[in-house]
Amino acid sequence: MQSKTQVTSDIVSHIATLSNIPITDKETVNLAKEFTKVLEVVDHLALVDTSSVDPVGQVTGLESVMRSDEVQKERMFSQEEALRNARRTHNGYFMVDQVLDK
Amino acid sequence: MLNKLTLVETIKKIKAKEFSHKELYLAIEKQIQESNKTFNIYLSLDKQALQKAGKLLDTPLAGIPIAVKDNFLTKELPTTAASSVLKGFMSPYESTVTKKLMQSGGVVIGKTNMDAWAHGSSTETSDFGRTLNPRNIKYLPGGSSGGSSAAIAANMCTAAVGSETAGSIRQPASWCGVVGLKPTYGRVSRFGVVSMASSTDSPGPIGKTVEDVSILFEQIAGHDDLDATTPKKEVPQVTKTIRQGVKGMRIGICYTDHPDLIDKKVTKQILEAGKLFEKYGAQVTIVPVTEKLEKGKILKHDFSIGVYTVVQRSEVSSNLARYDGIRYGQNREYFGVEAKRRIMLGTFTLSKGYADKYYIKAQQVRNLYLQNFEQLFEGYDLLISPTTPSYAEPLGASIGNPMFGELEDMLLEPTSISGLPGISVPCYKDEQTNLYLGMNIVASWWQEEKMIQAAHLYESETPWNSWRIYV
Repeated sequence: MQSKTQVTSDIVSHIATLSNIPITDKETVNLAKEFTKVLEVVDHLALVDTSSVDPVGQVTGLESVMRSDEVQKERMFSQEEALRNARRTHNGYFMVDQVLDK
Repeated sequence: MLNKLTLVETIKKIKAKEFSHKELYLAIEKQIQESNKTFNIYLSLDKQALQKAGKLLDTPLAGIPIAVKDNFLTKELPTTAASSVLKGFMSPYESTVTKKLMQSGGVVIGKTNMDAWAHGSSTETSDFGRTLNPRNIKYLPGGSSGGSSAAIAANMCTAAVGSETAGSIRQPASWCGVVGLKPTYGRVSRFGVVSMASSTDSPGPIGKTVEDVSILFEQIAGHDDLDATTPKKEVPQVTKTIRQGVKGMRIGICYTDHPDLIDKKVTKQILEAGKLFEKYGAQVTIVPVTEKLEKGKILKHDFSIGVYTVVQRSEVSSNLARYDGIRYGQNREYFGVEAKRRIMLGTFTLSKGYADKYYIKAQQVRNLYLQNFEQLFEGYDLLISPTTPSYAEPLGASIGNPMFGELEDMLLEPTSISGLPGISVPCYKDEQTNLYLGMNIVASWWQEEKMIQAAHLYESETPWNSWRIYV
């Protein structure tokens, strides 16, 4: 059996950054414990011999389903509809926080 | 009283003008007014519902009120997936399922509570408060389609829809003593359903009887150009074959010999069901459990917990990346603790250095389950098992337990990760607690008609369906 994965607070902080999830120091410690526990259940999979099995990502067997490259006007949003749920807009645009340095 | 009628009876009687839409909607609205505050089932309600229904008498669904889980996008009611992130969100487009329901003459009377983002099996992780089980308010309704199942149990609608990724229709149906049908993956379009685990998400009906869910199934199933995972397969006319019974069918009983289940009431009920099917001409055998792939045996369900945990979290981390609070919704600070857990764990299982150990390994074991079921369905028409190991859990049971859902749904996960269809029907009621047990009947891919035949026969020949007296 493969070794147990110990999820440390550093790993939790790293994945919080990767997934853009804001968490407190206390949450970090708790999540590290929880993830270690959950992965113990998952580590159980190491008992299964999969040396001759391919991974599957889907079950229907459908592949590369295409539609014709045509504009479907009835599905288009007006600018008003597209902006309706945004909290911040400016002159018909979505507003975002600045991400590049000034 | 009119709110207690089944879908079948309601359509028949309203078309025969035995009562009006006004009388029906008044009965349902009265029930909602009396109990929604206690049960916390509806997150939003359509005040124009009756007005819409009046014009729909000559349609297949005749203007009956349908409760819809709050992860289906609707243009006229808010869609929140029970998360603060989407509070107040008004979708600019309609989901295929609700569109089809409306085209068939159904009226979306309201949107029902659920585990936030469908992450859970209790409806306790909703950001808008938990739903109580109408059969006994000290207990959970199950989830994630807990609101839709509770709406049926409380007679607050005539029919309902939910969605299942691994148990989210059948488990709450079982706990609330109602009928839940999870179609084959790809049978019902996911277009306009808030994405959770895209490779297993399956919308489906929840109702009072097997015939009720069969009617809705026919209306919502079928290929959709807007969802590339729906094959162009003909939808079986399940309401026409529903009374054909189980004569000649080969039925396998699964998981009853598992150490955790061996002494349980539900196990006894499943074995009794086997005898009933035998009496009606089916060939019934016990499918032995195995730890390795073996012909004629079923792979033990324990591994599927790990597979589902990894696959679901991984797909969640990708699907929930879109909620950035820019185009709609609030920012990522508004995610609840369960969503944060799942997004982060999924990010971890897909991250460099861990993806092979977790994600790829899980998808390999998933393939073993697929191969196992392909082989099993060569020898069986149906597989039956308990829907959940036991009765509804008490309020609070899910709190602080990140694996709550996985353990409650462990009997459903092997078939869910394989995309198989299943139906849960009530198979016992405890007179003391008024809580129910459920039987899960699974058919091979695209053969929903067979499980419906068996479920209908069982429902007709046993006393467990609480709406029998109204039929």
